[in-house]
Amino acid sequence: MDTLLDVRPRAGTNVSLSERAYRIRRHALLMGEVQGQGYIAQALGISDVLAVSYFHAMTYRPEDPEWEGRDRFLLSIGHYAIALYAALIEAGIIPEDEIASYGSDDSRLPMSGMAAYTPGMEITGGSLGHGLGIAVGIALGLKRKSSGAFVYNLFSDGELDEGSTWEAAMSAAGFGLDNLIGLVDVNGMQADGPSRGVLNFEPLAPKFEAFGWFVQRVDGNDIDALVQAFDAARAHPGPCPRVVICDTKMAKGVPFLEARERNHFLRVEADEWRQALAVLDEGRPQ
Amino acid sequence: MRRSKYEKPAPRTGGGAKTSAMVASLAAPGQRTKPAPFGNALVELAKSRPDIVGLSADLAKYTDLHIFAQAYPERFYQMGMAEQLLMSAAAGLAREGFTPIATTYAVFAARRAYDFICLAIAEENLNVKIACALPGLTTGYGPSHQATEDLAIFRGMPNLTILDPCDAHELEQVVPAMVAHQGPVYLRLLRGNVPLVLDEYGYTFAWGKAQTIRDGRDVLVISSGLMTMRALEVAQELERDRIDVAVLHVPTIKPLDAETILREAGRGGRLVVVAENHSVVGGLGEAVASLLLRTGTVPPGFRQIGLPDAFLDAGALPTLHERYGISTQAMARSIRGWL
Repeated sequence: MDTLLDVRPRAGTNVSLSERAYRIRRHALLMGEVQGQGYIAQALGISDVLAVSYFHAMTYRPEDPEWEGRDRFLLSIGHYAIALYAALIEAGIIPEDEIASYGSDDSRLPMSGMAAYTPGMEITGGSLGHGLGIAVGIALGLKRKSSGAFVYNLFSDGELDEGSTWEAAMSAAGFGLDNLIGLVDVNGMQADGPSRGVLNFEPLAPKFEAFGWFVQRVDGNDIDALVQAFDAARAHPGPCPRVVICDTKMAKGVPFLEARERNHFLRVEADEWRQALAVLDEGRPQ
Repeated sequence: MRRSKYEKPAPRTGGGAKTSAMVASLAAPGQRTKPAPFGNALVELAKSRPDIVGLSADLAKYTDLHIFAQAYPERFYQMGMAEQLLMSAAAGLAREGFTPIATTYAVFAARRAYDFICLAIAEENLNVKIACALPGLTTGYGPSHQATEDLAIFRGMPNLTILDPCDAHELEQVVPAMVAHQGPVYLRLLRGNVPLVLDEYGYTFAWGKAQTIRDGRDVLVISSGLMTMRALEVAQELERDRIDVAVLHVPTIKPLDAETILREAGRGGRLVVVAENHSVVGGLGEAVASLLLRTGTVPPGFRQIGLPDAFLDAGALPTLHERYGISTQAMARSIRGWL
């Protein structure tokens, strides 16, 4: 690895969340470069949420990804795998040297996330609208076992189009699943264009409120706001599921990619990856 | 051919009790039956299997799961009329080490929840048992409730074991066997007062095995589900015409017991008739046909008894079984005509 790629955490255990987010973005860009294209804008957008999830909110053991006491993190949006791999690498669950295998034959890091392939990947996502229903079952199961673990389900604004999401939303409240935390990535972009033009889901917070959830809506790229929201979601005393609606910016952290209009599946020129890494490094938290 | 809805049918004169769509029992008048064999077997098994939980999509009462729900209310989850959620939540519970029994009607599991069974359950080989009432033509409500293509839909799903038991005797044995199996199962469930037939033949269900229930020299009927009961009745009836009918019962549709089927079909000299409570498209008939063809096993004749590739009529079950050729009489007529 050249020096550009070899960026170590600055401090031992006391690494800031913004440094974690920066490094998650960096891992994701390096994976994106392997394939030359992909869901890199989503990954950059959701990195702050992942940093707060894995380095502030969640309990887990990197050396034992299936430890019974862990908080479960479900990636309903299978195509965000590149983002979750980056977080799992940063969390020490996947070795960093597997970055080069991303999306290639026999890799543990396929383009769409699957439980059987990757340590730390709890479910097979990708057929959208599955995660929240599975989370309901896991939350019910955790309660049956008197486990204190939480189940987080990361889903997207696009998945709000799926009826199954709302079946699960109604059910989670009906069962009083206070151990379920939904994280909605509202990045405003779907395969065919801006989300609200594809199928308008707004007003979103009142919808979840009407379904009986404890709802918070935050800037999903504001780490302090996320920390507060995650803390409040976990501490909320009500016997109801919790959702943190995270408004994120596609390609956050790399302005020239943020500016691209059609960025659901980004094609990035070979030389632009290094440019993107350089821009990201410039903005590295001090 | 269905009449135009603008053509008024002739006024009915009596016979209402026999032609009502409420006539939905599979049992012939006077036939021995057993009530709710699935629900009762599950309650019995659950005593020693605390991992078993039951889920229903607003059809517990109609899948005999209500008996389990009454016995173990804290182990029963009412998921509402939400089949996608039913299957996803079952997947989640299986992930946490439980053995969920998810029940609904076969039409809703096959048509509405397919993607959730496929990706959330089967792709990860999760231990979910999907038990579905009203398989094939077992209701007179019409296509909304008649799962005439459930086997065709589910046979393409990797990892999924598909079971089509014949009667109450077999269903009772299938319940512990499917729970003992590690992996997803689709069970074609017979509910309510279910005919009791196979106990008289000294039959014991064996996982994945086809079994000869009776032997015969002229015709080999390969059948599953309630059509095995019909085949045995046909065999008795054709005995009077000195036609000797063997019945090979195939309760495990997938994986298919190729070895036994090939051995029996290859014994030579016998017309092979595959009988199923399912469309002739994509079910046991085509599965056996392709097996025979692939292995160069050529019986003197091959015929299918099954439902036509059509949306079927509403009406009384006996009327419909006769109309579509899966009643005992219709089946006997077909076989006589083929000899």
